[in-house]
Amino acid sequence: MPDSSKLEPILKLRGLETHFPVRKGIFNKVAGHVKAVDGVDLDVYRGEVLGLVGESGCGKTTLGKAILQLVRPTGGEVHYDDNGTDVELRGLSDDEMQPYRKKLQIVFQDPHSSLNPAFTIFGSLEDPLKRYGVTPRAKRREIIGDLLEAVNLRREYMDRYPHEFSGGQRQRIGIARALCIDPELVVCDEAVSALDVSIQAQVLKLLMDLKNERNLTYIFITHDLSVTEYLCDRIAVMYLGRIVELCDTEDLYANTLHPYTQALLSAIPVADLDKKTNRIVLEGDVPSPLNPPSGCPFHPRCRYAAGLCKTDVPALNNHSQQGRDHFVACHFADALPDV
Amino acid sequence: MANDLALSVKDLKTFFYTNKRCNKALNGVSFEIRKGKTLGVVGESGCGKSVTASSIMQLLPRLSRIEEGSITYHSERGDIRIDELERDGAEMRSIRGEEIAMIFQDPMTALNPVYSVGFQIGEALQYHTDLTKKQRGERVIELLTAMGIPSPGERAKQFPHNYSGGMRQRAMIAMAMSCNPKILIADEPTTALDVTIQAQIFNLMNKLKSENDTAIMLITHDMGVIAELADDVAVMYMGNIVEAGTVDDVLRRPQHPYTRALLDSIPILGRGRDQDIKSIRGATPDPYERPKGCQFAPRCDFATDACEVMPTEEAVTDTHRVMCHRYKEIFENA
Ligand SMILES: Nc1ncnc2c1ncn2[C@@H]1O[C@H](COP(=O)(O)OP(=O)(O)O)[C@@H](O)[C@H]1O
Ligand SMILES: Nc1ncnc2c1ncn2[C@@H]1O[C@H](COP(=O)(O)OP(=O)(O)O)[C@@H](O)[C@H]1O
Ligand SMILES: [Mg+2]
Ligand SMILES: [Mg+2]
Repeated sequence: MPDSSKLEPILKLRGLETHFPVRKGIFNKVAGHVKAVDGVDLDVYRGEVLGLVGESGCGKTTLGKAILQLVRPTGGEVHYDDNGTDVELRGLSDDEMQPYRKKLQIVFQDPHSSLNPAFTIFGSLEDPLKRYGVTPRAKRREIIGDLLEAVNLRREYMDRYPHEFSGGQRQRIGIARALCIDPELVVCDEAVSALDVSIQAQVLKLLMDLKNERNLTYIFITHDLSVTEYLCDRIAVMYLGRIVELCDTEDLYANTLHPYTQALLSAIPVADLDKKTNRIVLEGDVPSPLNPPSGCPFHPRCRYAAGLCKTDVPALNNHSQQGRDHFVACHFADALPDV
Repeated sequence: MANDLALSVKDLKTFFYTNKRCNKALNGVSFEIRKGKTLGVVGESGCGKSVTASSIMQLLPRLSRIEEGSITYHSERGDIRIDELERDGAEMRSIRGEEIAMIFQDPMTALNPVYSVGFQIGEALQYHTDLTKKQRGERVIELLTAMGIPSPGERAKQFPHNYSGGMRQRAMIAMAMSCNPKILIADEPTTALDVTIQAQIFNLMNKLKSENDTAIMLITHDMGVIAELADDVAVMYMGNIVEAGTVDDVLRRPQHPYTRALLDSIPILGRGRDQDIKSIRGATPDPYERPKGCQFAPRCDFATDACEVMPTEEAVTDTHRVMCHRYKEIFENA
């Protein structure tokens, strides 16, 4: 947890949007837009683990990629703090973006599909090193060997092929790859979700050790709210392309303010026989981001929805308590009963 | 035999053969499913959960076969040895779907993409019931409505790809439930779904259990699901049930080092950041090169030479059993 007295944002997102055009018909006319990310304001602090949670399709992956400019945002700004210099990434060309790619990395859910099966691990991992000017091959072997050891694999494994590894090992190789050019911020997109729980615990611990050793900042994307509670300093809850609640982890669980977060938390089966959950079962599915509901995007499934919710989009306002920020996008955040 | 049982599996061994090598995927598995109760089967990937399910359904892949043991379905007409039935014979086909239904993680394994959902449920009804065409049509709408599918009349005419993931899952459950099965085998039915949709599906399964006295075998890798849904639990590791009992037995008084390690490896909601989660060292062994004795021994903190011999199942209490040489000493020291 970074020292709260000197929180420095490494990233500032302002009104960030990524809308995908949907084309139809023989003329390929744009028939509408999937508003995958639809106006996100968010500061990410240096050294923190920020959890990004929400149901599938709510825009977590797109937001992660939009920050790294792996998909180009269609609106808003992404400010990256490069040692005190503010850089707006969205305006940059691919060439101009190069120096920052090194600082901002991503680990995907399935490293199998992102590791080239025809290359040895060394072959896959040396590429970024070459690109950033580590010319002597021996030096590259040394760096990669050190990294494999850092993720609890043997140096010799660098000469093996991806298929020779188990899922947990491949996930660790994916992490090693993200770290090989010494990034500052790593987006972990469902990085442990496909792993068996016993292996998941290994990888979670590894991620935390690496973070402390290397002073990293993580954006940790997951749909598993038990993992975020354990791992994250702060959590942002997304719904249909927007952040609906954002606060310190403890506050999110102890003092849940958004009805969507309440329902989401209540739906998690807990491996504790003494814990009785008051389950709020949401009706229906998440609406399509192609035709999001008017007003508050959550209103059709919200048990507290009133007239205002159907017409006005609630802003993400600070309902801070005891000096701690607690952002909620709900017209009735102060008036809801506790769950 | 107690007549509250729906299914009994005894010493089941199901092996896979590839390239002259043998994978003892199920190496002597015994359990029972009780009427109106949920048996949760939990374990990591590859431990044999799905093979257990397909053995019961007689839907094993080629290259595998039941080597030993018995699967007995306690039907209203008397006991039926499922393992002795012809896999595609008339009796097995009528049991499968009508009396024992199954739902899968991927609904597309059960739904045919080229027929409308309504047609497919109707077809199951035609095959397994005496309903008239009109009655079948009504029952389809009834089932889709019960599954919480909006505008069921319209939806019945649509194809599986017009449905969202959660809706497809519910449609498959509608199909599985169409004949009020005596036994429902659910193989990770919600693993690919969001928790909010999972909660809807579990409500439906509980309804089937209470209204129809259906016996449910729920396969999962999520201890949370076990805690919330199961009455009985079987913990599997590498082809064995290493521990089984009531949910209280297994979750409150776990005896097997693997069960304990599994419970210690997951962050539990509500316990905050200070929980000490412990990973299990190493990984599951190659199923074709299995350890000689206890399958968990290479990863177990308590393993001794004794563990090179396969342990047998021992009763801890009437309802609770464990497969570990050392559980007594370990438990005392804990
Ligand atoms: N390249 C794309 N083209 C069109 N739509 C997309 C694309 N990528 C994602 N989407 C849509 O954007 C929405 C958000 O997707 P995603 O960011 O993957 O969500 P999450 O990671 O939270 O599951 C979804 O409706 C998805 O279908
Ligand atoms: N179709 C198949 N062909 C070969 N081996 C299989 C097949 N299905 C399962 N197995 C093997 O049987 C064992 C048990 O698998 P399974 O029952 O699918 O595990 P899970 O507990 O993940 O459902 C594993 O070792 C697996 O590799
Ligand atoms: Mg995603
Ligand atoms: Mg399986």
